[in-house]
Amino acid sequence: MEQIFGDFDKHLYRSEEYLIIGFSPSSASLKQCWRNNGLSADFLADYVTTFFPVEDNASNALSRQAEIKGAVAYIANELLENAMKFNDNSTQLPISIDLQLYHDKIVIIITNTISPTDVLKFQQFIQKLLLEDPQELYIHQLEHNATTDDSTQSGLGLLTMINDYMAKIGWKFETVQTEPTAVTRVITMVQLGV
Amino acid sequence: MEIKTDTYTVRYDEENNVILCEGTLRLSGMEEYSPVVEMLNTVVERSPPLITLDLRKLEFLNSSGINVLSKFIIKVRQHRERQAKENQPETNMVVYGSQTIPWQSKSIKNLQRLMPSLELEWDKN
Repeated sequence: MEQIFGDFDKHLYRSEEYLIIGFSPSSASLKQCWRNNGLSADFLADYVTTFFPVEDNASNALSRQAEIKGAVAYIANELLENAMKFNDNSTQLPISIDLQLYHDKIVIIITNTISPTDVLKFQQFIQKLLLEDPQELYIHQLEHNATTDDSTQSGLGLLTMINDYMAKIGWKFETVQTEPTAVTRVITMVQLGV
Repeated sequence: MEIKTDTYTVRYDEENNVILCEGTLRLSGMEEYSPVVEMLNTVVERSPPLITLDLRKLEFLNSSGINVLSKFIIKVRQHRERQAKENQPETNMVVYGSQTIPWQSKSIKNLQRLMPSLELEWDKN
């Protein structure tokens, strides 16, 4: 079974410029692996700068390069943090982050599994994200977080990508296995205009 | 008061009521951020006339960190509301940011939306 939400481009062709990083499920704890998220995100961001060269220290090109680098570092890190938190580690399927470069956009695709008990909750959040005004939802979420001490996922990462980085986001949920236990994979696609 | 690791520093200068954040703050969720949250709460409890939050050297902040700073701003706002009710002078707040650090030029403005009286000072270099 396959379900699609938001701006998920099913027919996106593979770019000639891409970089994929895969993470195999490991026995190390989430905490031990946490720094890999930032390292990988910074590496992807640095890689991208090659394709936005700056000649003669032109200040426009410099600030554009810095902006793109910053956006990739932030978005890739948020996507990796989410994927590591929500991945269904009972499956042995790897997590991957795939950066595709096009002439007018950068697309970041992250693939991870999700526990069957989390699927519905996540889809409900996505529906909310697609239906409501993301600016209002952002403020509402922060005001709500301020009244509680719990550390549940607030969706702020996705909201900042939409509000502050003008990113378009889409999701594909697919069932990869039903027996002996159900395994669902979620592919998150973030498109960033450049 | 200071929290210092290989990647970040959060320092509270008690004399001047300046909170300085430097480096990369990408901790995993609220539990890991709790020492920072405790420090920020202490600042609000002291009820100074002016709180300065200096982010100019904070290169990276993840969304959990944005959540922490936002909660802090809301706490200051609520504190001001209490002060106003009790006819006490209200605590003011100023945030120093850098426009050359991408996450700041994108996301810092949201802090002001949570507390419109918050002053935002941009460092352009």
